[in-house]
Amino acid sequence: MSTAVEHASLGTDPNAEHTEHAGHGNSHYYLVALALAILTGLEVLLSYIDIGAAFMPLLLTLMMIKFIMVVLEFMHLRKDAKVFHFLFWSGFLLAIAVYIGFLATFKFFLQP
Amino acid sequence: MAIIEQPRTNVALPAGTGAPALVTPKEAKGMFARPVEPKGWRDWVFTVDHKKIGIMYGVVAFVFFIVGGLEAMLIRLQLAAPNGKVLSAEQYNQMFTMHATTMVFLFVMPMASAFANYFVPLQIGARDVAFPRINAFGLWTFVAGAIFVNLSWFLGGGADGGWFMYAPNSTKMFSPGHGVDFWAFGLQITGIASLTGAINLIVTCINMRAPGMSLFKMPIFTWMIMVVQFLLVFAMPVITVALFLLSFSRGFGGAFFDVKQGADPLLWQHLFWIFGHPEVYILVLPSFGIVSEVLPVFSRKPLFGYKFVAISGAAIGFVGWGVWAHHMFASGLGPISVLVFSMATMMIAVPTGVKIINWTLTMWGGKLRFTTAMLFAIGLIVEFTIGGLSGVTHAVAPSDTQQTDTYYIVAHFHYVLFGGAIFGLFSGFYYWWPKVFGRLLNERWGKANFWLMVIGMNLTFGPMHIVGLQGQPRRMYRYDESNVHARFWNAISTVGAFVLALGILCFIVNVVITHRSKNPAVKAPLDPWDARSLEWMTSNPPPAHNFDAIPTVHELDEFFHRKYAVDHETDEIKQIATAEQIMAEQMAHAEKDIHLPSPSYWPLVVSLSLPIIGFGVIYSHILIAVGALVTILGLFGWSMEPSVATKDDYEPPAPTDDAIKELTA
Amino acid sequence: MSTAAVAEHGTSHDDHGGGHGHTSTGLSNNKLAMWLFLGSECLLFGGLISTYMLYRGRHVKGPGPDQVFSIPYTSVSSFVLLMSSLTMVLAVAEAQKRNIDKAKLWMTVTAVLGATFVGGQVFEFTEFYRKGLGYTTSLFGSSFYTLTGFHGVHVTVGIIMLMATVGMLKSNKVPGDKAEVIELVGLYWHFVDIVWILIFTLVYLIPA
Ligand code: HEM
Repeated sequence: MSTAVEHASLGTDPNAEHTEHAGHGNSHYYLVALALAILTGLEVLLSYIDIGAAFMPLLLTLMMIKFIMVVLEFMHLRKDAKVFHFLFWSGFLLAIAVYIGFLATFKFFLQP
Repeated sequence: MAIIEQPRTNVALPAGTGAPALVTPKEAKGMFARPVEPKGWRDWVFTVDHKKIGIMYGVVAFVFFIVGGLEAMLIRLQLAAPNGKVLSAEQYNQMFTMHATTMVFLFVMPMASAFANYFVPLQIGARDVAFPRINAFGLWTFVAGAIFVNLSWFLGGGADGGWFMYAPNSTKMFSPGHGVDFWAFGLQITGIASLTGAINLIVTCINMRAPGMSLFKMPIFTWMIMVVQFLLVFAMPVITVALFLLSFSRGFGGAFFDVKQGADPLLWQHLFWIFGHPEVYILVLPSFGIVSEVLPVFSRKPLFGYKFVAISGAAIGFVGWGVWAHHMFASGLGPISVLVFSMATMMIAVPTGVKIINWTLTMWGGKLRFTTAMLFAIGLIVEFTIGGLSGVTHAVAPSDTQQTDTYYIVAHFHYVLFGGAIFGLFSGFYYWWPKVFGRLLNERWGKANFWLMVIGMNLTFGPMHIVGLQGQPRRMYRYDESNVHARFWNAISTVGAFVLALGILCFIVNVVITHRSKNPAVKAPLDPWDARSLEWMTSNPPPAHNFDAIPTVHELDEFFHRKYAVDHETDEIKQIATAEQIMAEQMAHAEKDIHLPSPSYWPLVVSLSLPIIGFGVIYSHILIAVGALVTILGLFGWSMEPSVATKDDYEPPAPTDDAIKELTA
Repeated sequence: MSTAAVAEHGTSHDDHGGGHGHTSTGLSNNKLAMWLFLGSECLLFGGLISTYMLYRGRHVKGPGPDQVFSIPYTSVSSFVLLMSSLTMVLAVAEAQKRNIDKAKLWMTVTAVLGATFVGGQVFEFTEFYRKGLGYTTSLFGSSFYTLTGFHGVHVTVGIIMLMATVGMLKSNKVPGDKAEVIELVGLYWHFVDIVWILIFTLVYLIPA
């Protein structure tokens, strides 16, 4: 797809945010990656030990934290313009709402 | 507002790269010389101009309107009398499936794209869309997909599962021919066209507006188009999933719809309608946008509650995501789901009602001019309201259980689709024809066109309410003579369908005589309707660069406010400038050195590779690889080609700026 | 509004001929399009994941999830993909500092990590097939392979895009702003990664 995205040949860069990023060094990214690795480790660990009813909520929370971290930090959404937030999160939240509704009609969440 | 995608020679070079960053076109053009200034048909085929693309969308869509219409006539002929012999049962199934598919995906959607492509950039004061080549790609991909779907007629018969193609009924076991395969892959291709087109138009609306045009100064048509594009962006992937599941089941033996393995037959239904309900708003909202432009102009009043109309459009789009299962009340969803979806459905009537009220109040107390465009707009309000009311009766689930799969439903959705979507599009034809072609359509033929269509549609679809409530099932291919009621009303329906067809014929005649006429009266004046929005602030038809000078916008209905102002002494609205004067002002300040994006082969190459993959899926898997290879090569060529051709693309090379300066000095 | 006022507007914005790429929001068209596309992709993967969730427990024939999945193996390949996001973001950071050579290097590393992941997936698939899970075996099989296959194709497309960009940078064939092109490829790549974050947890870690 993105090869098809037209490369607007803008010589100057309108996005001031680039220079912003250059500010903090790459160590920030390493830290985020470290956190992601630890969270993944935690997830895997959880699936091996038995913690009862807390398992699912905890697992899903960890998953969402990882997801949001990559979006905000690696995809730079945290410092980016609001429209990008709007475009992405509206798709994401709509997907969650619609598909939860979809699974609910199959009584998916009532299964033991 | 800048010229799009103009490469600059004074690029800020990234430090440390050494070699100069800008590619020369010589390097970039790869294997073909670029079609920089093509003539004749090539000017159209390789164009990236949104206006030409819009016109081509319109022409192709209209051809498919005729195809879908002929299919409808065959259906009506078959049902004209008991024991119809026009079509066999198999042919009948194919006929209504392809009729609906053609009308929905190959006429209404692309016709809305035609209007959107042509008018959104003009209405927001832009020189083109954000991605002109993606725009061309969208057009050709749609054409490729549309032809692909219809090729099935010649290669073993059309799809026959109904337009919603419920699986498992559409799996290999029940539909062994290739019709469904062509249908599924063809819609996949047109889906790509819709998705890319939608992304393009949204970015255009967000990013290409003229200075001063805030979101709430955008004309209402552009607003509705933007809402529709958001619906497309989020709805197309859902049908993509469903179509893939179906194709993989049919092609590779996927188990998704195999009930023996424990598959749930509701899976397809849910996925289809999660897409399908937003889809019906995709069909009707562009027309709502069109009449919201037409009514104020011919009532000489601003649109009543502009913000309400804009926001209620967005609200319809949003709530439209929460009602999909009302198409499935009879499928055994369970009482809670039925309750929830029934309530949500009734809620959606509210923003729709808001629009009807706003339109009525726009006309209230206005100086009405009953041009054909206006008649179609009023026709939409009336007929759509009838369809909306029968729609509310389906929202009541117990009542719907009686109505579903009867002709009552067929009546309902034709009132909203024909009376809503189609009337809006015709209103748009008459309103914007002078803008696009510089000629006014004949009003007398126009009135004949309108009245025949109104009478025809009520004769055709009105009786369907009655036979539906009497229990005539939908998709019934014939009935016997014992059913007296059915005989009478079905005969009326068929007569109505011919009246309707006559109405559409009037339109075609109108177009032909308008363009043949040598009478100078057909030539459109600059501002034939005393219009209000930006697209009328340029010549008819507009030049390639749309506006000589991009206007700065201060008001909603900018053009109106440049023509009229309130006289502070008398408190009356007085004309302060004519359209011609405003135009002259613009020309006096024409911007020089406008660079438009250049024509390109690549969008066409990529589009044409898609049906090759489609044939591969159906006939021979080797072709998939061939098609994919062409796609990738096309994308490579595309991504290396700058959007605007530079001087050495021309043969012989265009004179340099310095040479021009010398000449003109 | 008077005609005089109109005349004023005519001259008030003289940057049109220059093509500075001024947009209404000041943002790049390409980035807007990419984010919108990713928003749209959420609904694609949402549909595939939901279909899998619905069907994962349904296997009349053949093995179920618990009999085929190997959590340690998939954890490692997930980790590889996760780290490819780090190398990708480093490529973008270097590109924005105009260190195109370093950016090319990081992109190549990213592509290699991605290829490792895809290779791992192919191996995993053959392993599952050996254990009796074919594409047509059961609803679980069909929906599992479709979901992970779609993701795998997305990763592969990402690898092609990365390598193509590196190649085009080498031969200087990227029209326009290089840092932005790299950033766009990066956005796509990260998206593929976050989809895997969801798949790894929902498909592999939650017991069926
Ligand atoms: C030209 C005038 C038209 C006539 C005479 C007509 C007639 C019909 C008839 C009689 C059926 C019912 C077939 C059956 O259930 O056995 C039908 C189905 C349908 N029509 Fe039309 N139609 C017309 C225009 C349109 C338009 C403009 C649209 C959409 C934009 C449309 C969309 C549909 C759909 C979605 C179905 C349902 C097909 C199915 O059951 O799968 N029709 N049409």
